[in-house]
Amino acid sequence: MALQSLDIVRRSATTTAPPSVREPHTGTVAKLIDTTKCIGCKACQVACMEWNDLRDDIGTNVGGYQNPHDLTDQSWTLMRFAEYENPDKGNDLEWLIRKDGCMHCADPGCLKACPAPGAIVQYANGIVDFHEENCIGCGYCIAGCPFNIPRISKRDHKAYKCTLCSDRVAVGLEPACIKSCPTGALVWGTKEEMHQHAAERVEDLKSRGFDRAGLYDPPGVGGTHVMYVLHHADRPQLYNDLPEDPHISPAVSVWKGATKPLALAGIVLTALAGFFHYIRVGRNETHESDERAAARETEHVRHE
Amino acid sequence: MTNHWVDIRNADLVLIMGGNAAEAHPCGFKWVTEAKAHNKARLIVVDPRFTRSASVADVYAPIRAGTDIAFLGGVINYLLANDRIQRDYVTHYTDASFIVREDFAFHDGLFSGYDAENRSYDKASWEYEIGDDGFARIDPSLQHPRCVLNLMKQHYSRYTPEMVERVCGTPKERFQQICEMIGSTAGPRRAMTIMYALGWTQHSIGSQMIRCAAMVQLLLGNIGVSGGGMNALRGHSNIQGLTDLGLLSNSLPGYITLPFDREQDYNEYVAVRAQQPLRPNQVSYWQNFPSFFVSLQKAWWGDAATAGNRWAYDYLPKIDRLYDMLQVFDLMAQGKMNGYLAQGFNPLAAAPNKAKMSAALSKLKFLVIMDPLVTETSEFWRNYGVHNDVDPSKIQTEVIRLPVTCFAEEDGALVNSGRWLQWHWKGADGPGEARTDIEIMAELFTRLRQLYQTEGGAFPDPIVNLAWPYVYANRPTPEELAKEYSGRALADLVDPKDKTNVLRKRGEQLAGFGELRDDGTTASGCWIFCGAWGPTGNLMARRDNSDPTGIGQTLQWAWSWPANRRVLYNRASCDTNGKPFNPERPLIQWNGKQWIGADTPDYRVGDDPAAGVGPFIMNQEGVARFFARGNMTEGPFPEHYEPFESPLGYNPLSRNEPRAVSNPAARIFKSDRDALGSAAQFPHVATTYRLTEHFHYWTKHVRINAITQPEQFVEIGAALAGELGVAPGDRVRVSSNRGHIEAVAVVTKRIRPLNIDGRTVHTVGIPIHWGFTGLARPGYIANTLTPFVGDANSQTPEFKAFLVKVEKV
Repeated sequence: MALQSLDIVRRSATTTAPPSVREPHTGTVAKLIDTTKCIGCKACQVACMEWNDLRDDIGTNVGGYQNPHDLTDQSWTLMRFAEYENPDKGNDLEWLIRKDGCMHCADPGCLKACPAPGAIVQYANGIVDFHEENCIGCGYCIAGCPFNIPRISKRDHKAYKCTLCSDRVAVGLEPACIKSCPTGALVWGTKEEMHQHAAERVEDLKSRGFDRAGLYDPPGVGGTHVMYVLHHADRPQLYNDLPEDPHISPAVSVWKGATKPLALAGIVLTALAGFFHYIRVGRNETHESDERAAARETEHVRHE
Repeated sequence: MTNHWVDIRNADLVLIMGGNAAEAHPCGFKWVTEAKAHNKARLIVVDPRFTRSASVADVYAPIRAGTDIAFLGGVINYLLANDRIQRDYVTHYTDASFIVREDFAFHDGLFSGYDAENRSYDKASWEYEIGDDGFARIDPSLQHPRCVLNLMKQHYSRYTPEMVERVCGTPKERFQQICEMIGSTAGPRRAMTIMYALGWTQHSIGSQMIRCAAMVQLLLGNIGVSGGGMNALRGHSNIQGLTDLGLLSNSLPGYITLPFDREQDYNEYVAVRAQQPLRPNQVSYWQNFPSFFVSLQKAWWGDAATAGNRWAYDYLPKIDRLYDMLQVFDLMAQGKMNGYLAQGFNPLAAAPNKAKMSAALSKLKFLVIMDPLVTETSEFWRNYGVHNDVDPSKIQTEVIRLPVTCFAEEDGALVNSGRWLQWHWKGADGPGEARTDIEIMAELFTRLRQLYQTEGGAFPDPIVNLAWPYVYANRPTPEELAKEYSGRALADLVDPKDKTNVLRKRGEQLAGFGELRDDGTTASGCWIFCGAWGPTGNLMARRDNSDPTGIGQTLQWAWSWPANRRVLYNRASCDTNGKPFNPERPLIQWNGKQWIGADTPDYRVGDDPAAGVGPFIMNQEGVARFFARGNMTEGPFPEHYEPFESPLGYNPLSRNEPRAVSNPAARIFKSDRDALGSAAQFPHVATTYRLTEHFHYWTKHVRINAITQPEQFVEIGAALAGELGVAPGDRVRVSSNRGHIEAVAVVTKRIRPLNIDGRTVHTVGIPIHWGFTGLARPGYIANTLTPFVGDANSQTPEFKAFLVKVEKV
């Protein structure tokens, strides 16, 4: 067992059964991102860099407020800005600002896709964490993620993303981004509490003319431990292409679902074939003449 | 702020105009969020751009930069025409009923007494009628044609919704909607707060914009009440403390004004400032001016300030004119200055017209920089390619750089926007050879004093006699200085009614400015701060956030000037009987014997409301002024004038008066007038501003800030970009008649073209933060573009409205 407060309930590419007797008494955790209170100040980006000791390159401006331009191995969260003219309100402009980052799915596509044992884990509190020491840099987690979050470092070829400050949460602190948010657009608590808080927010938004305000907690991935309050919950794609109904990619499902037994069968068959070859033909042996021929070949290659 | 940050949560309506609180004050903006979340408050944002504040607003209205008086004048017209005013408040607590002199007039954009040659006014007619009893005449029935309310009605009747639309470009329906929302706070149980910042101050009519908004608030009864007020959001750490302590060229601490050249006589100087009541039975608190002034002189010159030498009055400089930033740099540009000490100031970047600034600094013999960072000013002589294309061989100025600590590396108090003096403790020692500003200044002083002591001089007295009572002369501590500005008794202070009763012993710290005396027995370096370090210790260091009434009045948290009062004019939150207008959020109330409540009363605590003492105790009238009398440079009522660079070239409100296009009383130097551009060459309205990701020209030196906003950009609307063929991310050149910058174009729907009096006007947004030093990508100094003209009262430069053209590079 690692940290008691971070009981692992799922581990990538592992068949050993996880411990299952310790249910978190307080329920799972959740971060609620209220896009309707967010002013895009990027304090969360700064707090993320500071707590996790990350520094991206000083980039360029490509024609917007979004900097860095995209998530990277050094930027685990990012404000994305979208300008939307609302036809229901006489084309009044809305500046929809969304803090992007790992959603910590209850059914994490990254973990399902990951072939490296223990590189991706899910804790009992709901956090999905990458353990880079086990990562082989294959990038399957990116293919598995319905939100396009993980990024492979160009330096160590391992995948990185938001940890939901699992190190802070393990000792009873809120994630760094939550602590830094000046307007209370980021809220932290149990998933149940966040549902309650969101319901109050939605009521307030409806009183302000946002009839379709609502909570984003997509069932296609089993719900998420990072949720959004949206003014336009019926059209999440307005918020810089937040997926309307995210699912784990069929490729991953097929690969890890139906195909997995087939692949296993393939592996077993190969092993059996080897075994029978050994039984039938015997060991693969080399004679001295073979060795000499090989040495000549090597010498020849070196001189070319 | 009349109120304070936390109190914003009590607002029912928040108007952000002349500022962008979410962008520039994100932490303070949390209180707007609180008001929305817990008080069902609605948020209105009026701005040339759809800003970060607008992104969370309930209603947004566009406005042309520099036309806020037209908008607010329209609001006043709406409130008066539709009787959306708090009548009791207006009748009893303002000068609405005061009768104005018969010779006061306003015609075609000019008030009576205009002197075109000197661009100034003879303000004699801008005054109330004074009766035989020496008091101002009033008409409580508000019927007199020349009572202030009726003059105001007349003045603003020209500001129709149609006129607002023509001048501001704000669609009439949206303006109407906002008027109705604002008008809803005329009731005593609803309050609107107004939050503004440099978007109002940085105009040639900036002071009047703020005044105009304050008039709206007075009509609605929103001054002095919880959730209301005129709330200036101060941008720079301790900029509030700077003005409080009088670090302006014509100021002394505590808003005492420096004598003019013509005021050589001490008694005359005092008589003008110790204002007497203009109505019977009024407090007119400035009557106590001699106590404030003498205590200041005693703090500065100690035993050398005596009744015999008129409290060292002759030691004070007497100014022949303002020496504001623009005046000083103009003199420098004329070669009339030898040296300049830039302390915590980066004028090459922060002052208008970089070309002029660069030429001015090049004419100095020496320039001393006290700063924690390598500022552009300290490198003005070095060639940085296109971003600072100078020839160092032609610049002879000697530059001396003194590294100082920054605020987090020293103890002391900062005054926040809400007037709270909050003591803080240093978080780290300064790096390398950095010394505190206090240490540098102290050593500079002791060395100068040494020179005067040994060599004498024409008039060494003010220097050699300056009181310097610190334990270590070259490094006074923040504690010593704080005790000095707060104040102490220089002799035993006895109760005038009972001579045996010693109120304060000699040497004891004073509890407040009520204890100050004009006989030389008290010293206080800043009367409004008196009591901050009282007999019980350093009240600024208090950290008890208990809030007994639950409306955010934490009187035991730090200390607020004046007298730990959190909401100024709070007596106006009660009716004439002393009952709170809004019983749900009472600040103070009369309990039959005295004033009690959640705040320090802004009133004498024992004054029975029946005595009719007005709530605005600092004013001679006892009430608030709609009519500024002679206190403003360009008129007693705010009037719209175009920015000095106007896209129209005429003033739609006074079409036929060429002298009233722009502020007729604003000072502009000839060379700067010649450097103004016209709409024919520079058709677009530009405005400069700050971004959340950066703080002035500092944080481009910080890697994290540079990551979040790395490169200089300008914002142009999609329509203008279409005309110019500019795509997002393209580079554009923005030019004014004073120079050009090049930057990445952010093309946005958030800036829309405005229809101004029948023509299309585009707005160009120019964030200021870049320069040629630091870690962010090098950029041009935005103030290359801005005009060298300021507000007629404060001389704050007109950074928010000027003309440019934009070209694709």
